[in-house]
Amino acid sequence: MNWSRNDSVLAVRVTDLGKKFRIGTSPESYHTLRDVLVEKAAAPVRWLRSRRLAGEPPANGQDVIWALRNVNFEVTRGEVLGIIGRNGAGKSTLLKILSRVTEPTEGYVEIRGRVGALLEVGTGFHPELTGRENIYLNGAILGMKRAEIDHKFDEIVAFSEVEKFIDTPVKRYSSGMYLRLAFAVAAHLEPEILVVDDVLAVGDAEFQRKCLGKMSDVAQEGRTVLFVSHNMSAILRLTERSLVFDKGQLVFQAPTAEAVDYYMSAGHVEVGERIWERDEVPSSAAPFLPVALRVRNPQGMVIDTHRATEPISVEFEYRLESPITSLRVGIYLLTVRGEYVFTSFDTDSAENYERFSSRAAGRYVSRFQIPANLLNEGRYILAVNASAFKVRRYFHDENALAITVDGTGAPGKQWAEVRLGTVRPAFQWQIERME
Amino acid sequence: MTAALTASKKKGNRSPELIIIRPTRGLGALNLKDLWVYRELIYFMTWRDIKVRYKQTLLGAGWAILQPFLRMVVFSLLFGGIAKLEYGLPYPLFNFAALLPWGLFEKAMNDAGRSLVANRNMITKVYFPRMIIPLASVISGLVDFAIAMLVLVGIIVFYHLRPESNFDFQFTPALAFLPLLILLALVTALGVSLWLSAMNVIYRDVGYVLPFLTQLWFFVTPVVYSSTDVPEKLRLIYALNPMTGVVEGFRWALLGSQAPGSMIWMSAVIAVCVLISGMFYFRQMERRFADEI
Repeated sequence: MNWSRNDSVLAVRVTDLGKKFRIGTSPESYHTLRDVLVEKAAAPVRWLRSRRLAGEPPANGQDVIWALRNVNFEVTRGEVLGIIGRNGAGKSTLLKILSRVTEPTEGYVEIRGRVGALLEVGTGFHPELTGRENIYLNGAILGMKRAEIDHKFDEIVAFSEVEKFIDTPVKRYSSGMYLRLAFAVAAHLEPEILVVDDVLAVGDAEFQRKCLGKMSDVAQEGRTVLFVSHNMSAILRLTERSLVFDKGQLVFQAPTAEAVDYYMSAGHVEVGERIWERDEVPSSAAPFLPVALRVRNPQGMVIDTHRATEPISVEFEYRLESPITSLRVGIYLLTVRGEYVFTSFDTDSAENYERFSSRAAGRYVSRFQIPANLLNEGRYILAVNASAFKVRRYFHDENALAITVDGTGAPGKQWAEVRLGTVRPAFQWQIERME
Repeated sequence: MTAALTASKKKGNRSPELIIIRPTRGLGALNLKDLWVYRELIYFMTWRDIKVRYKQTLLGAGWAILQPFLRMVVFSLLFGGIAKLEYGLPYPLFNFAALLPWGLFEKAMNDAGRSLVANRNMITKVYFPRMIIPLASVISGLVDFAIAMLVLVGIIVFYHLRPESNFDFQFTPALAFLPLLILLALVTALGVSLWLSAMNVIYRDVGYVLPFLTQLWFFVTPVVYSSTDVPEKLRLIYALNPMTGVVEGFRWALLGSQAPGSMIWMSAVIAVCVLISGMFYFRQMERRFADEI
């Protein structure tokens, strides 16, 4: 352990960290005494059997999963670190260990400084208590001192925009008010190291914008932040370096742009297709059910890499389990740095708007073409959205699919250089010689 | 490791405190220092429990008066009226003085025993010493206790002013022991709660056992009868139940009945043993809470 070598710059050091879960002891289930009695009664039998089948792993060996294993990394003080990975990759387990909610099974973590964890907003909020009372209670749960809360109280209330209802029980709040108040308390926590889970996944666009703004303020104040999110543009905007987790392992760490690129490519390797399993779709999306998003080349092949000089056909297949009125289904194209290139909806044209705003139940494909000679070479992300304007957002996936655009034969390719810009149109240059 | 730790300490305030997170094995330390650091949370949680308890009830804190009072009325009719138990005191007084600490214990055991499971969302999302939850639950019972105490004062005055009741309240030095007896009741309640609440996280059977356990415990505690009904030889064994000492102590301090003598010492020793073992058991199980709750 060479901590002393550079202990003044390190905020977190994780060494050989592992966390084992026994299947069946996942959050959903619990033991009863009967289970334990049965297990104890069965133990001699199992012992005998394991003796007989010497060499084989014990029967309960299969019931063990490692949510996290062999994880090593360091975070320097003041760094804003992103943590990305699919569901079940071990991100949340890591955060729970760092915030001391749960203990590791092996390895250790050294942390220098007070840790504030935001694994959820509004932890411990009690519906019967007023906004004011909940600010104090929640603040204390998050580790704030009473004097600290007194001091910041007005600021918290102002940030939450619920001044008028501060002495009303929070059970009478709208969900938006509730969230704003909860986030306001959390946002005024001032730990040296801040650990944030995907709290931004909840709430409306306005709320998310506010959260992100506060997050970037925190980052600029020079505090150490560990930020877990599925929102790649937020990760790209806020963090400098990122860790990519997969199946409990830390598989990649690099500057964020590279890490995001790795993560995006690793998931759908040269496929050009994203398929949504039923259990991947949040129940809030119903009756809208995404099926698949595909990109095809002019020959109709579903592939990941496209030529900049050829049109790219994008198709989004989905099912409506019941009719939806004023539905619009759209695609966002983003760069890997999270900048929007364009947004387009299938009912943008007046004609489609007339015909398809109300759609009956059934299976649909919405399809369009990205024209040839539009995009510069590089990697792009397709995001999908299905919503009713200003009424409801049915489904949204910020990171549905990644595609690569290959610049072979593109205008100006005779010079081997990186062209700046997101678009690379083939303009009709006129050259005239002036006498 | 330790070398690095001390080195950083010597350097002074510049670098913040080093926290090491590692798997704990065997009997962990009790970590009471952490409890001290989070003392304000104990206050807030207690305050929350009190504040929320009678919300949306018609009678509110009136229940803290009605519950023990109605029980006393029922027991007085049954045991004083029908069974004609006689202890040289008006039966309602004899009974209520015991129901007071018993109510504190019973409520604490039931609330605190279920407290961890009731606060599971906090346990899986934020770190703080988990012992705070049952602790706050036990302490918040003191408010109901204080209200019921006022009722007892009323009953004492009532019988004191009635010459035919044969009861004269006297201020005795024994009254000074009352706070200690309350503390003993709290220690017992906390000890038992730590055991039960931690078990309840892993084995939900505790939720089903609690009502039965409460009832059984009630009858082995001299609330409706007196410990003098127990044969002299068995009394010390009888006092293995810490609530025996507490209940008889209350009658002695408030009503001037027979002093509990060695029974109170037995009860105190057992109560402290239950508390300490409960704390260790709780700490031992604590590491599994977030994963298993």
